[in-house]
Amino acid sequence: MKRVLILGAGSAGTMMANHLVKKLDLGQWKITVVDQHKTHYYQPGFLFIPFGTYSKKDVCKDKAGFIPKKVEYIQQGIDVIKAEENTVLLEGGQRLDYDILIIATGAKIVPDEIEGLTDEGWMTDAFDFYTVEGALALAERLKTFEGGKLVVHLCEMPIKCPVAPLEFTLLADSYLRKRGIRDKTELIYISPLSEAFTKHNCSVVLGGMLTDKDIRFVSDYAVERVDGAAKKIISFDEREVDYDLLVSIPTNMGDAAIERSGLGDDLNFVPTHKHTLQSRAHENIFVIGDATDLPSSKAGSVAHFQADVLTENIQLYIDGKPLKEDFDGHANCFIESGNGKAFLIDFNYDLEPVQGTFPLPGIGPFSLLKETRINHWGKMAFRWIYWNLLLKARPMPGITTRMTTVGKKLPKATT
Amino acid sequence: MKHPVHFVDPVKKITEQEDKMPTREIAGATVDVNEEGYFTNPDQWTEAMAAVLAQEEEIGELTDGHRKVINFLRQDYKEKGVMPSIRRVKNAGGIPTKELYDLFPGGPLKKSSKIAGLPKPASCV
Repeated sequence: MKRVLILGAGSAGTMMANHLVKKLDLGQWKITVVDQHKTHYYQPGFLFIPFGTYSKKDVCKDKAGFIPKKVEYIQQGIDVIKAEENTVLLEGGQRLDYDILIIATGAKIVPDEIEGLTDEGWMTDAFDFYTVEGALALAERLKTFEGGKLVVHLCEMPIKCPVAPLEFTLLADSYLRKRGIRDKTELIYISPLSEAFTKHNCSVVLGGMLTDKDIRFVSDYAVERVDGAAKKIISFDEREVDYDLLVSIPTNMGDAAIERSGLGDDLNFVPTHKHTLQSRAHENIFVIGDATDLPSSKAGSVAHFQADVLTENIQLYIDGKPLKEDFDGHANCFIESGNGKAFLIDFNYDLEPVQGTFPLPGIGPFSLLKETRINHWGKMAFRWIYWNLLLKARPMPGITTRMTTVGKKLPKATT
Repeated sequence: MKHPVHFVDPVKKITEQEDKMPTREIAGATVDVNEEGYFTNPDQWTEAMAAVLAQEEEIGELTDGHRKVINFLRQDYKEKGVMPSIRRVKNAGGIPTKELYDLFPGGPLKKSSKIAGLPKPASCV
């Protein structure tokens, strides 16, 4: 009996388990999924916890419930991947041999990478919202916030969900206005980027919104350290920003098991082929989701599109056929902009976000690179789609794996 | 939209290869550059050009500290095929980030890569 071993039961790992169980000959192939945690979090929901829109129970379900019955599921930490021996050692000492390995171990924030962040003031004046604990603690703190300097600080790229820091800032603006304390608050958004977002066309629009909403944007900021006692952050080029409440999006890194296994780069992300998702170091190792080092965004939608490509490539690999270079970096992201509205952007490695409609030309119902209420409803409705369609690898009509130009407003001069 | 919007041509990247790349004269030679002045062919670079570029980037005269960074960037890019991050310059290059900022103030990787005749560091995702 041969084995496909999937490390990680987050979005990507769960989708792969659900895809492969339908496609592989289970008489010849055993599918095993390993994850250390019991709970599957709907991470896009964390953004709404600080503002009281969601509570913890709105974003949690048991991971086991999403793994198909015919797939072996082991809840255990990963000690090390011994790629040369085609084996993974688990923390309990168990040894899992594999014929094919799929690394789906994700990315997480590492607050300790920012000097001083987790010292004095951490979880009292400085918070993250990328963990459920951080988001809940921030929710409590915001209830008692009566004005002052609220700083949202994107520390270092890449991060998962690159839109979230901006979303948080825009939602904070709405939240403060609703509470009647926006005029008593200086809202500051700090980023290492030169503009508001990683994509220029988007940055023009979103940067404009920051200005309109009187949100100070500090760009090209590389944080050296946080001084929690004095409540300020200091950059390498000695720019200081004071805060009363700091919302930090710290460095994101791949899982520590990747480092222990010698399979990652400086941030513990695994070097991966841009279009086939095969690992660059080992032909029987594939990588999907936030764990890769790809220049695509780290987002659930990207993992979804990668899963389609990877499912086919696993089958081709098993059959000894050449892999298809079908992953085009396609990403599809809602961007909450406050006041019940949101943007939607749809892009890939080659095409930056443009205006248009999605998924259907003309009809939409979503508008690309435009702020609409329908986009916001789409974002809120997505949670149901996530739990009931996406994770279970059920088809989503109208959504193509590769980005389509249908419905998009492209410039006239195209070759 | 209220603001004057100057969109980047989103398909520019796809058609870029077909456009003729600009060139510049520097230290007695002609080199290929992109529209921002970054070398498109690192092999055309010489140390003499670095001195000129350093003046243009307002870094002034290059010291051994500057050269250590430039040498690491060129060697790492040759090995890996991608521009190293600040983190990699610190870990693999042994150059602390504070030092990097002191040597190349105002966007250290953007400046040092230009002076080193290398591509601009990839924009973040």
